[in-house]
This record gives sequence, C-alpha cells and structure tokens, in this order.
Amino acid sequence: MKIGVLLKQVPDTESKIRIAGGGDGIEDGDIKWIINPYDEYAVEEAIRLKEKLGEGEVIILSLGPARTLDAARTALAMGGDRAVILDEDAFQGSDAYGTAKALAAAIEKEEIGIVFGGRQAIDLDNNQVPQIVGGLLGWPHATWINSFEFEGDSATVKRPVGGGSVDVVKVSIPAVFTCSKGLNEPRYASLPGIMKAKRKPVTKYSADDLGVSDDVGADNALTVLSDFTPPAARPAGRILQGELSDQVAELVKLLREEAKVL
Amino acid sequence: MADILVFCEVAGGKVKGTARELLGKAKELADGGDVTACLLGSDLGDAADGLGELGADTVIKVEHDALASYVPGAWAAALSQAIEDNNPDVVLGAASVLGKDLLPRAAALLEAGVAADCTDLREGDDGIEGTRSLYSGKALATVSVNSEPKFFSIRPNSFVIGDVEAGDGDVEDFEADLEDDYGYEVVEVESSGGDVIDLTEATRIISGGRSLKSLENFGLFDEPARLMGGAIGASRAAVDAGYATHSMQVGQTGKVVNPQLYIAAGISGAIQHLAGMRTSKVIVAINKDADAPIFQHATYGIVGDLFEVMPMLTEELAKVLSD
Repeated sequence: MKIGVLLKQVPDTESKIRIAGGGDGIEDGDIKWIINPYDEYAVEEAIRLKEKLGEGEVIILSLGPARTLDAARTALAMGGDRAVILDEDAFQGSDAYGTAKALAAAIEKEEIGIVFGGRQAIDLDNNQVPQIVGGLLGWPHATWINSFEFEGDSATVKRPVGGGSVDVVKVSIPAVFTCSKGLNEPRYASLPGIMKAKRKPVTKYSADDLGVSDDVGADNALTVLSDFTPPAARPAGRILQGELSDQVAELVKLLREEAKVL
Repeated sequence: MADILVFCEVAGGKVKGTARELLGKAKELADGGDVTACLLGSDLGDAADGLGELGADTVIKVEHDALASYVPGAWAAALSQAIEDNNPDVVLGAASVLGKDLLPRAAALLEAGVAADCTDLREGDDGIEGTRSLYSGKALATVSVNSEPKFFSIRPNSFVIGDVEAGDGDVEDFEADLEDDYGYEVVEVESSGGDVIDLTEATRIISGGRSLKSLENFGLFDEPARLMGGAIGASRAAVDAGYATHSMQVGQTGKVVNPQLYIAAGISGAIQHLAGMRTSKVIVAINKDADAPIFQHATYGIVGDLFEVMPMLTEELAKVLSD
C-alpha cells in the first residue's frame, strides 16, 4: 500500500516573527524552518504502518517554496521512501482550499491508499487542509487522533472530542487521519538515514500536471490574509502588594468590580 | 446588509453557549439581513425553541438518523445542503473541536473558503471580514473571504453579547439527502465521567504548572473552579510530568483557550504556553518567582507560593460567590 504524509514546513516556535514592510506578510530572513511538529507524528505513524505491513511505500507530499524540500528530506531521513514536492511558482500563495485541491490531485495521481497529516500547522493554525482533502477525495477523515490500530480495510482510532470525552471510531480505508500529541514518539533521523535521504527520489508536479491551475496560487485563493500587525501589547498589569491574604481579597474584589469577570 | 447562517452546536438537548454568542454577533452584523440558526442531529427535541430570543429570525432543523453521532462526511453533506438551500452571504460557526473538524469539509463541498478561528468580525470594505492570530500569537492579520458564501469560524468567547434584538425564531425542517454509510462509525464514547466543561469553551480557567508537584495537588483547583463555574487547565510541563492529562494542556501542543478569566498558578509563561491563552480577557498570574515572564502578560499578579495563595483564594471565592 502507498502511504501518504501531508507535510508542511513552518517557522520554529522560538523564531522571532517580524512583519514585512507594508504588512502583507512576515519577513523570511531570520527564521529557522522546521517540519511542522504535528507532522512528525504523521511521518512516524506512516513509517510504523509500513513496518507493520512489511511492504509498501511512504510518500511525503508537500506544497510550498523551494526550501520545503529541506523539511521533506528530514522526513525521508526518518524513513520516508520518496517525496512529491509542489514548489512551482503557480502554487505559491495558495490558501487552504487551493493547497488541499493540489494535494488531493497528487494523492490520486500517485494512487495513495491512506493519508496521515498533522492536526494543524503551527504557523497559520488553519486546521483545514486534511479535512478538505478528505472531502475532495470522498474519503472519511478522522482528526486529532492519539491512537491508531490498523485492521486492513479499516482502522480504529481514538480522538478526544473535548469535555473529557474520547470518540472511538472505526474508519474505512482509504481515509485521511490527522495526528495529535500522544499518538507516538517520532524517531530521530539517524546519520545513515540522513545520508540515504539525499539519494531518495523526489517527484515534482506542475499545477497543469495536476489539473489545478485554476485553484492554486494567490490569485485563486478563497481566503486572503492582509494587514499583518504585531499583537497589541497588553496594558501593564498590576502586581498586588501587602499581606498575602489582603492581596487575595483585593484580587477577588478587582475581578468582580473592575474586570467584571466573576 | 448580509444574510447570515449560524451553525449551532447542540449538547444535552440544548444549543451550546457558543450559539448565543454567534447569533448575537450575527444579529449585529446582519444589519437588517436575515439571521438563520441551523441545528443538526438525529433527535433535536426542543433545542430549536427559543432561539428567536437569541436573535434568530429562522431556525432550520436538520434531523436525520445518519446524524446521531458526529460523522464528518454525513455532517458536512447535511450542513452544505442546508446552506445551499438557505443561500446565505455568510456562515458562522464556533472554532470548537467539532466546528474546526466540520466547517472546512462542509465549505469545500460548496467550493467556499473558511476564515478559521477568528477572534474578531466586522464589516469591511468588501463585506464581513475577520481577525486571525498567527505564528503562536506573534502576529495578527485581517482575513477576508472571496467566495459565496463566506465561512468564518470563531474562537469561543470572542464576543461579549449584551441585549439582542429578538427575531421571529420560526422553526423549519430541512430534509438532507444522505447516504447510509460514510465509512466512519463511532463504536464507543469513552468518558472520564462527570460534567466537565470543555477548556476551549470555558469562560473561566485555572491552570497549573509543574510546581504543583503532583496529580493530587491539582485537586487544589477543584473547589475554586467549581465556585467560578470554570475548567482546569495545565501547562505542558505539568502534563509531561504526569500531573495532568493531555486533554487539560493549554498551549502550542495542547488547546487554544480564550476565557474571560485565566488564572495561571505556578506557570512561568513560556511562549508555547502563551500561544494557547494570550487572548484571554483577564490574566491572573500567581507565582513565587517575581521575574517569571507570565507577569508581563498578567492583568493582575500575586507574587507568592501557590500552596499558600490557592487555599486563601478558595476561601475568598466561597465567601463572595456562594451567596
């Protein structure tokens, strides 16, 4: 079986984010780029599934600029078999729908039978692409999974749905799954893995190859981000003074009378 | 003027608190346009009643056996069909666990875009637009949507809703055309028991860090949380140390919360934690380290040992809130 992994390259959380002049995005300069942390769980689960099956191929799929290949190589070093990179100019500036449209077309072209992704990318936190891919392919999707048991033509997964409840779901394959913390412990790329990854095949498709020229790129985006600003600084807070018990009494009074949140 | 459809989640036979927030905001933004509430389920009982008072002119009930539990394919099909039939300019839903899962798929079926997890909505030059928080809260941006309809999911507790002009609240049924099988069967729901308020929708939260030192000590938060009608959260460090479950984790690899009141007890305020709670309206920091970064983000701060402060706080809350 061909196992697909949706991968996105994102800024390291510790990177300083500078708004570009004009406010139409962020400056690329100082950013350290990494694999989206949730996508590492997806890569790991895909490799584990291949190991369990004893056959198959793990294909890393990513849309982004040329540097995206670095993130894909890291996933190949972990144990992915090959990568499909959509880095043509026509793809740049795609929104969630355009990205999903291109990835879904690549999944069909590669005849992939199961797809894993991260639960969300930590840059834009859209939390959309895998669900849209599922919708476009007509496959079921199960998001935010922290347990995955493969049973051949189905898989049983667990997904926390809030309020302390967990849905245990039997999902027919083919399907799209998004991975959350707790699913597995992603392996590190070994040195031999890193060496081997350099020679693993990378396929590039154009928007025309995939038949999505009218869906991808900034011009076709359905959602548009503009006017980037740094968050407003919170007004300076008040550190309470005096005896601890007096501070607590004052705090509750402030919460009720000044902030009106109690 | 805009016609706005609000997808309202139902739990325990009633619409959730997010419905009040979204219908109220919709009424304000519609500016004379129609506000429609849309409810999905297998047996909605009287959950659709009384939504006129929250601002709904019309309430669409979509009842179908295939909607008994949350099945993304079925729910996306049903919601998109109801939207297509109602033909609104704008669709609103909560950026809840369910909303985040459902809305992108439902919108994709209509080739529409979703502005996800917005913290504000307003009338812009080209219709309704929103504000999104990006890069762990290190940037904000305006988001606009170029499709019909425009979808927005809203981070719970983004709006404080005052008096709302009532709508007629006329209830209509819509029959969705659904398949028998969407390849997704909920075989069991595991529950940790009790009526736990979901963190992402809680209006008040008390969170603890590793300095709580044990799972048992998180029990210190039970009574104040109960008194405030709030939920209990935790930092990643506390979760990694096994003092709290992952479902309680607030921050980058946990949940994004947006309460009216966030009390951080013994939490230093790492960027990963701030990413999950920095939009809270009021932040209270309790920490014995006066240099902890959390104090730079706090509305009110108490420099002190949480093991001394929490019992005092519980007592004070009991005094003022129990009557």
